[in-house]
Amino acid sequence: MPAVELNNICKSYNDNLVVNNVSFTVAQGEIFGLIGPNGAGKTTTIRMMMDITKPESGEISILGESLNEDTKNRIGYLPEERGLYKKITVLQSLVYLASLKGMGIRLARSRAEELLQRVDMLPHKEKKIEELSRGMGQIIQFLTTIIHDPQLLILDEPFAGLDPVNTKLLKEIILELRSQGKAIILSTHMMNEVETLCDRILMIDKGRTVLYGELAEIKSRYRNNSVFLKFDGALGEIEGVVGKKTHGDYVELFLDGETPPQKILQQLMSRGVEINQFEVSTPPLNEIFLQVVEKGR
Amino acid sequence: MNKTILILKHEFGQTIKRKSFIIMTLAFPLIVLLIIGIYQIVQGIDTPPALDEEVTIGYIDEVGGFDDYINQSGGITFVVYQTEEKATGALLAEDISEYFIIPLDYVSEGVVTRYTLEKEVEPPDEIQWAMKSFLLSNLLEGQTSLEIAERVKAPLQLYSIRLDETGNVATEQGGVGAFIIPFLFGFLLIIAIFSSSGYLLQGLGEEKENRIMEILLSSVSTRQLLTGKVLGLGAAGLVQMVIWLLSAVFLVRLASTTIGGVLSTLQISGNLLFLGIVYFFLGYLLFAVLMAGIGAIGATARESQQMSMLIIMPVWIPAWVSFLFIEDPDHIVNTILTIIPITAPMAVFMRLGVSEIPTWELVLSISILIAGIIGGLVLAAKVFRTFVLMYGKRPRLGEIIKSLREA
Repeated sequence: MPAVELNNICKSYNDNLVVNNVSFTVAQGEIFGLIGPNGAGKTTTIRMMMDITKPESGEISILGESLNEDTKNRIGYLPEERGLYKKITVLQSLVYLASLKGMGIRLARSRAEELLQRVDMLPHKEKKIEELSRGMGQIIQFLTTIIHDPQLLILDEPFAGLDPVNTKLLKEIILELRSQGKAIILSTHMMNEVETLCDRILMIDKGRTVLYGELAEIKSRYRNNSVFLKFDGALGEIEGVVGKKTHGDYVELFLDGETPPQKILQQLMSRGVEINQFEVSTPPLNEIFLQVVEKGR
Repeated sequence: MNKTILILKHEFGQTIKRKSFIIMTLAFPLIVLLIIGIYQIVQGIDTPPALDEEVTIGYIDEVGGFDDYINQSGGITFVVYQTEEKATGALLAEDISEYFIIPLDYVSEGVVTRYTLEKEVEPPDEIQWAMKSFLLSNLLEGQTSLEIAERVKAPLQLYSIRLDETGNVATEQGGVGAFIIPFLFGFLLIIAIFSSSGYLLQGLGEEKENRIMEILLSSVSTRQLLTGKVLGLGAAGLVQMVIWLLSAVFLVRLASTTIGGVLSTLQISGNLLFLGIVYFFLGYLLFAVLMAGIGAIGATARESQQMSMLIIMPVWIPAWVSFLFIEDPDHIVNTILTIIPITAPMAVFMRLGVSEIPTWELVLSISILIAGIIGGLVLAAKVFRTFVLMYGKRPRLGEIIKSLREA
């Protein structure tokens, strides 16, 4: 059973179709990247999943059922526009928001202290939110998302505004949660984070799906027809290679489009070339993102 | 625990800890005490007031015969002068504090001209009292007994007693006291409603500005959030109202027994207390749902408060036309104001002070108020759901109308 299943979701504002027939699934134990340019419809899609906004058509299934009070309690949601009550303490914030997720007060308190310990913020538990730095506030915000041990996490731009230390901490926790079998939807503009964290992605532009699938498969689909090579010895003519370019201590070999990289490697090895590094060139996700968006304009 | 109750408890706890709530709750009993005291001082002028020091007042008697009773109570002494020049000289030399002329036509016209060095709005009460007493005593000299002359100075202290249908003294009496208390109640009721619904408006604005609204809506439904907030803040308002009512009962007793005078006619009837609670709840709920709608539309707490003036202004209409309530309590305008939900809480209390309100009017008023609350809740929930996550910009009027039409 997928953790999330969206089928043909549509939503418009003022006759402007902002989500157009979007469908996808998210499995348990996977990190799913929801990406797209500003105004693509990501937040609207997430809000429909959370029942904050109603879709005009289509079906949404969360943890095997349509969203209800019980399923809401099993979701952790970190919205892009986030904030906390400024006048109450860190502990009160965590306990109150956990109790709204159906957690008992006593359990929420002990879980809050455990999480604060995990992020090294236990000494700040009696501080008011307004007394915290922005980064600390964001960490607390993240903790409110996971305090009730949700099965599904929806994180909208979780790394925005975080310093490298806190970004690393957050990534570690996200990976821990995946290893515990949680389904995680990660909506972000930070393509490097998507590349390092996500198993599958959905890219939407102007409300429509433009890319959907395994990250590795998508990258392979958009690969450049070239390989990077570090070697000792002479290369000579290689069948299937149509050009060469030297970048410092390595060479980029451009393939003819029909010869697979494995065949190039075989030829080199059979010639006794000492290969120190052989890497199929794939464009970074950021480049794929730009290509797809520009193609759509 | 039910999420609505969790929100209710949170809102209640946060509100009663607000400094502004505590100050307002405690300030009102003190202000009422002050008002009662001032009222007593202002009304208690029918007895000779006393001055702190001896005062000498000059006069020129052109009529003749105003020779006696020159020592009046309060240390005021009258000294006769033969000419204006001499009196003016004495005034400038500070032998006298002022002087007045009793002209030849005084008996037919009653006009007396007073000269003083002081800049004042009107002559002090104690001076007027002494002059009146001096003139009256001399006018009645030899005409009647001293006792009658004293009574002429203060001929009427009127006490009205209202009887019921059986001829017994009615439990609810009329008079200024009977008007003051319901009027004050109406005023307090409106303040309590405004402060509670104002906290709702402020809270919603802050939650929009803090961006916490979306987090709340990911855990609870719009209905749960609105209901919890409205009831939590309503409970806080009720606590405030109960404190005011209890202190009002205490203050009225204090006023009746220790201060006396007109304040002894102050009364708080059971009917008033009952209607106070009913109209607080209904009035608050009506304003709360309206404020929730405004809170969702306003981009910031400040903007929402500005917009709320549109519904706050009409609430005071009964106070603006208070002369109608006093002169003709059963005027059709008063009946209409009793029935219109937004003016009903104030109008009911103003009318209670001056007359009986027919039961059918109260039933109709409460029914329409309840219908208004239900209708308002439906519309507010729709507006709330549509606009509450619209950060930093206010929806256009057309968009609001469209969302209401779709509701």
